[in-house]
Formats: sequence, structure tokens, C-alpha cells
Amino acid sequence: MTMIVNGEAAEIPRDPRVSLLDFLRDDLNLSGTKKGCDQGACGACTVLVDGERVLSCLSLAVQMEGRSVTTIEGLGTPGHLHPLQQAFIEHDGFQCGYCTPGQICSAIGMAAEIARGVPSHVTTNLGDDAIRLSHDELRERMSGNLCRCGAYNGIVAAIAETFAEAPLAEAAE
Amino acid sequence: MSIVSDAKQAIQGAVQGAMAKAVALAPDNWIPGGEPDPLIRERYGHVGKPLSRIDGPLKVSGQARFAAEFPMDGMVYAALVFSTIAKGRIATIDTALAEASPGVVAVMDHRNAPRLAPPPVFMSAPKAAGGDNLPIMQGNDVRWNGEPVAVVLGETQEQANHAASLIRVIYEEAPALTSFAEARGQGTRPAVFMGQSLHDERGDAEAALAKAEVQVDATYLTPRHNHNAIELHGVTAAWQGDVLRIHDASQLVAHTAWSIGQMFGMAEDKVVVTSPFVGGGFGGKCLWQHQVLAAMAAKVTDRPVRLVLSREGVYRVVGGRSPTEQRVALGADREGRLKALIHTGVTIKTATNAMPEPFILPTRSAYASDTLKLDVQVVELDMLANTFMRAPGESVGTFALESAIDELAEALDIDPIELRIRNEPEKDPSTGLPFSSRHIVEAWRDGAQRFGWARRDPRPGLRREGEWLIGMGCATGTYPYYRMPGGAARITLTRDGRAIVDIAAHEMGMGTATAQTQVTAERLGLPLDKVSFNYGDSTLPGVVLAGGSQQTASIGAAVGAAHRDLVKALLKLAGNESPVAGLGPGDVVSREEGLCKADEPSRHETYTSILARAGRETISVEAEGPPPLETMHWSMHSHAAMFCEVRVNAVTGEPRVSRFLGSFDCGRILNPKTAMSQFRGGIIMGLGLALMEETQFDERKGRVMNPSLAEYHVPVHMDVPEIDAIWTDIPDPHAPMGARGIGEIGITGTAAAVANAIYNATCKRVRDLPITLDKLL
Repeated sequence: MTMIVNGEAAEIPRDPRVSLLDFLRDDLNLSGTKKGCDQGACGACTVLVDGERVLSCLSLAVQMEGRSVTTIEGLGTPGHLHPLQQAFIEHDGFQCGYCTPGQICSAIGMAAEIARGVPSHVTTNLGDDAIRLSHDELRERMSGNLCRCGAYNGIVAAIAETFAEAPLAEAAE
Repeated sequence: MSIVSDAKQAIQGAVQGAMAKAVALAPDNWIPGGEPDPLIRERYGHVGKPLSRIDGPLKVSGQARFAAEFPMDGMVYAALVFSTIAKGRIATIDTALAEASPGVVAVMDHRNAPRLAPPPVFMSAPKAAGGDNLPIMQGNDVRWNGEPVAVVLGETQEQANHAASLIRVIYEEAPALTSFAEARGQGTRPAVFMGQSLHDERGDAEAALAKAEVQVDATYLTPRHNHNAIELHGVTAAWQGDVLRIHDASQLVAHTAWSIGQMFGMAEDKVVVTSPFVGGGFGGKCLWQHQVLAAMAAKVTDRPVRLVLSREGVYRVVGGRSPTEQRVALGADREGRLKALIHTGVTIKTATNAMPEPFILPTRSAYASDTLKLDVQVVELDMLANTFMRAPGESVGTFALESAIDELAEALDIDPIELRIRNEPEKDPSTGLPFSSRHIVEAWRDGAQRFGWARRDPRPGLRREGEWLIGMGCATGTYPYYRMPGGAARITLTRDGRAIVDIAAHEMGMGTATAQTQVTAERLGLPLDKVSFNYGDSTLPGVVLAGGSQQTASIGAAVGAAHRDLVKALLKLAGNESPVAGLGPGDVVSREEGLCKADEPSRHETYTSILARAGRETISVEAEGPPPLETMHWSMHSHAAMFCEVRVNAVTGEPRVSRFLGSFDCGRILNPKTAMSQFRGGIIMGLGLALMEETQFDERKGRVMNPSLAEYHVPVHMDVPEIDAIWTDIPDPHAPMGARGIGEIGITGTAAAVANAIYNATCKRVRDLPITLDKLL
């Protein structure tokens, strides 16, 4: 049984209790995926599975057979950063850097959800063909990724610069 | 602590007090900072530039290695079992099933744990790091609900976790004191903090209050809090020969190495603690049981051990902020001049730590008042020791004080900013010391203009848009300048013109290496890419706590001292043929990758040239910063004018912060990009303090009942608007680089600004944090 991690085949562990998170960190030594709570409350462990954002702490490695997992290490390296990674640096979208890989993976998954027209709690018109990435849409959709250093403004700016086609619309309360 | 250790602290405090008087009276130029740091004059160099974090590429690509991410050969994984009673003893502990479970290498409990001395509790010695002084797994007694009683070591984390669930413990419970009210009924004791009593009195404040034309007098409550850094406390520990190597998540590597050495009876240089990246600290990443248990377990198994606390484990093992009950009473004349300022109350600690939440600290230097009475009393419960959390004292103290000022402003019908400015003191109201640099009025004026304060209607409850009530509030934030003794650094210059700084400092998100690379480059006259900044390793020079917002000053003073020695050494090395021959250290400055005569820059020689002529590959000097006497000679404090706009839903009571501005006076800002993030981060934690954060403690059982990020709410993206911050950028002439620390001030004043805005919006005065919607219905 294998899964694909960052483009390479990886043998799925025999112990069915192993989470995708522990498999990445402990077995594959891909420690860029972070453990912040191990119970789905903080988002630090977010990775992309077949392009969708997934909490790797709530996923079992054995569920991943034949699926393609992308971690932060698969998005870019210090010498060849993904545009979103670069934007995080420019906008200081982190301090300690621990929630950062999860924020970045989550944002990439979120942008794809917007592109697919998946609505959120703050989407006002479900009948619209396209959803615009407003300030509220962005913050609502990223609220599963906690940042205790409080780098939220920089994170939002980095994501908006990378994915929004126009400047973000302000909240319409 | 015991009466004896309180007495010891008091004596220490008296000695410090006597010394403080002498230092206060000494001439300025005897005092560190008496001569302003020459770097303050440099206005167009690296300092003050918005440099992006130099470790940014590592962090955004997942390549920065945190404590639990150092693999070791033969490593085993640890899982902990926590006590379920607050006090008593372990009658039986059955580990047979766990030991027989697949993959289990060993089970450690009090019966087979290595014998070791108790941890030296923080502040009991210069390098003491312990959160408390309780012996760790040395006996069958239980001291708090959640104390580790067993450690399972497995080949995998899953095997260890499962085996831990198989351990059966039977306890004999003893009566425990876990109720605040019950403890208060038995009497309180005066608090002692860092050797000083938390009690100040000037004049008869109660009498002045009774006579005052206008009075406010109220009680404010703040709950328990936990730091909740997103990185779990993790450690990888290994015995390598006679050296204990610990990869830790630490705000105090040198303290930790010394303290663990004391416990195991080892020289501190045999304990190597490294911590290159810390995933958030906020006061919580110090020495608790988990590092010691990992080191003990590594001894028991003779293998490296990785121990990562579960999120619940963090709440069980690592202390948080204690609750407070504060009274603030203000008496004023009709013009708003304070006649009486009273700030007293009670907080909770344990018998085994030295940390009463010092909520009166912000009040000491805040306002001119004819009379003053400040007092903190403590009770001691049977619980996990509480500890420092971001701006201990100021964060919760400013909530009470600055809410009360707002209440007084309303009673007087004076604008709350104007009221504060009318009570600006000319010198420190508690110590009588001159201020080193206090520009709070400027911060207020700049902030009010930027925020549009003039548009606020002082009458509460009048502004409404649809379902939403809208209000504006403000408050003063404040945090002192600290610099602790022991900061030391080594500078090494190499033949190819590079400089390496070595210091046992820390990076937990402040941007330490980035800002200090800028500072060092400027001090040495080098381009940024020729400076390396090494830190996060207990074998490097210096005892540098990343706490009290003092690390920047501590590093700055140490590197400054090392630079002065380096210049002397270079002049000696330069010899008679150098363009700088014959000059003394006072005649030269570092510029353009070398030394030159200060008033004759053409007399210049590069470091490379000096080293080459002397036939040297490197030159290295190590120096310690001078003792931090400046804090006893001047009153050194940062300030912030905090502005908040809230919207409160009239139907649901839901409060939302819609705008926030912090206007800061913190001395010189070294890097505006990373500083902005620190200010915002502090403010955001202050929003959590105001609106949602609370550690729920079951007073019957002494147990934390919401030990998870699902039930302890911290601000998330949707809770946080765009936070604005501005600063005066006026250098403090008596601080290294002209900079006072900025890591903690953001959380101060914020909760009061929110509460005051909520009052302005709703006409509801909430004096009990957090301000959840049920309190607004």
C-alpha cells in the first residue's frame, strides 16, 4: 500500500493507528507539517490531499492509499519559494513560524474552494456563479487556522495579494 | 513560598532598596546609559529599516526545526499519565499491562525514576528556571490535579499512548484547598514579587477618597489564562557520554542548563540545551516537569527520548496566569485631578512558586495623585503553579485601572483622554525618579487624530446601525523597560571581513536574529550579509531571558560592551603602520567595514586589513553588559494609547471589535516590519483577554476543565480586524539603541479599551472578564 507524498511514493505504515500527521513527521521526517493540538482544533497540521485541505492529525495514514499528499515541503524550498510563501515573508504573515505551514497549505486549498464556488458561512448570495474573495470570506474561511502570535493581518494581506483578483472588499455588516 | 523564604526575599529586597537609593542619587554618567548609545545618532543605517525576517525562508518552507523535530538514532517516544486528584498519595499503580503492551520499552513512575534534587524555582537564584520547587516523580505524593504520575516509553508514539491508557492508579485522597473563596476565608498574605513587597502607600488614600468631590470605587475580576502557544511543549533528550543533550522549546536556555544540572548533580556545561526556534512562548516556554521527565526517562531506557506534551498535557504540566480580584478606587476634584488612587486586591499562587500576579505594577508610575495605596494579597491553593504570561501584572492590572479611569471620566463628564493628560506626572509618582523618556501625551494626540476620536459621542448607547450598537473606547497601556543582569556576548571577526555574534538568546517570533543582525551590522559598520547571529544554545555566552520584554536590551548592552572591547583589541592589533595607529578607543568609530578616526574618516583601515597585517585569521572578544543600574536611576517605561471601536449586536449580545489602533511610545523602533507584528500580536492577545479567554478551573476538584483549543477560545482570523499601530519613534537616551522592549506592551490597556468601547456602545459596564455575550444581554 502506498500513497504519494510530494510526488514520491511512500509505503503506508502497518500500524493502522498512525495518523497522517505522525506518519509525515516521524516516519518521513517531513516535520514542516506541525502538531499544535492533535485534535483538529488549530489547523497547524493542514496539508493538501488531492488538492483539498485536510487536517492531517484527524486523518489516518491508511486512508491515503493511492492519494496524493502535498506538504509545505512540496510547495517550495528556501531557494524556490511558492508565490504565497514569498508573500508571507513580504507581509510578515508569521512570527514564530509554527502555524505558518498550515496557514499556507490551508490558503491554497481555500483558494481552490473559492474557484470551485464552494460557499461559506458568510457568503451572502448562494445563487452567484462566482464567489469573490472579500475580506470577510477570506477571514471566515481561514478561521480554522489559529495563530497565537497574532499575525492574522499579515496572513490576510499575503493571501489577498496572491489570490485576490482585486483589492479585498471591506466587511459589509 | 514559606515564611522563611518570604523573609529572605524581603531582606534581599531591602538590600536592593538601599542600593536603589544610592544609584538614584549617583551622577548620570556613572550609570549605564548615562552616555547615550552612539547607535542612537545613526539615523540612516540598517537600524529602523523594515527588513523582512532573515529566517523567513526557513519558516515558510517548513525547514525551521523545532524542539520535537530533531530525529535521533534509537529514539523512543514518551506518553504521560496525569493524576486525577488534587492532593493525596498514590496507593497503588499497576503498570503490568502497559509493560506487556507491544512496543513498550519501559514504564517510569516514582518507584523506578532516577533520584534527583528538586528544581531551583525561578527567582531563587540568578539562573533558576523552575516553575515550582516540587521534587519530580520522587515519591508517591500527589500535589496537583494533573501532575504526571507515570511515563510510558514506546518504540512509536501510538504504542506509548495506548500503553499509557492501560495504567491503573488508585489514589488515597487528602483534603485539598482548591477554592478561592475558602482560601480567602482562611486569610490572605502580602505578596512579594522579585524580592520586593507589592505594597506602596503615600499619604492616607482612604481618607482622601472619602473627602474627594467625585469618587468611583469598583471591583474588577480577571480569570485564569493559558499561553496556548501553537507549538506544543516538546523536548528531545539524550545522554551522550556524560553530557545531557536537550533540544528544547525554551525562553531561557542558560537558566535551563544550570537548573537541570543542579537537579542531576552535574556541572552546567555538561547539560547542553539548544532551542533555535520556539513556536511561541509568551512566558510559558520555561522549565517545567516535561524536560526533566524526558531526561530521566532517557536515563532509565538508555535511549534518546522524545516527549511532546499533548494539548491537554500543556494545561496539566505548564502553569498559566492566575485569576485576580482587584479593587480600584479613584477620588478626584471637579477638574479631574486625582486626590486618591487605590488599587488593591487578591490573587492566587501556590506554596511552591514565587509568582503572585503583580497587577499593581502598571499603577505605580501611571498618574499623579495626592495619595496612593497599592497592595496585592495572595492565597495559596493546591494546584499547578501559576506563572508569567505576557505582561504579568500589567495585562490584567491595566484592565482594572483603565476601566476605572473611564468610569471617572464619565462621572466627571471629562473626555477620558483629557482626564489622563491632566493627571500626567512630572516624575515617577512612586519612586520620585525622573522619567528616562515619556511621551505618552504625544502618543495620545497622534492616536486620537488618526483614530478619529473627535467623532465619538461621549453619551453611551446612542450610536446604532441596524442591529448593531457602536461605541468607541480608549485606555493607556504601559510596560516597563527591563534589563536583567548576566547578558554577555562574543563577537568574532574573520579574515574575510565577516562578523559572528554568539549569545545564548532566543527566537520565538520576535525576530531576534533579524533585528540583532541589523543592530550588529550598524554597530560594526558592516553590510547585513557579513553578519551572522548565533543564538539558542546554552553553550554560547550570556544569561539572557527572553522575558520581561528585556531580551533586546540585554543583547544590545552585551554586544555593545563586546564591541567596545573589540575596538580596543583591534587598535592593539593594528600596530604602528595602521592609519589608525596612536588613536584610543574613544577616538575611533566602526565604519565601512573597519575602524576610522571619528572626526577624520579618511584615517580608516578595514578589519580585513588589520587582521591580515597581524597575520591573524580571526579576532574574538567576549564581554558582559554592565549591571542594569539604569532602571534604578531613571523611571523607564513604555506607553501606549489604545483606541477601540466595537459593534455589539443588540439582539444576540455578540461583541465584535471593528477597529483598533495602538499609538506607542516605546523608544526607537529597530525594525518597523517586525515591530508592527509584535504590537499587533500583543493587541490581538489583548482582544482574547477582553472577549473570550478563560481557563475553567473546577474549584471542587482543582482540575482544569477546558484543556483544549476547542474549549479555550483564542482569537481566530474572523475575530481580528485590521489592527493599526503607530509609534513616536523617540529614542530613549538611556536604553541600548534607544529602544525599550515591545513584546508585551500590546496586550496592556487593550482589554480596558475594549470594555470602555463596549460601555460606550451599550451603556453596560462589564467588570468581569471575559466580556462574553451573556454579560451584554
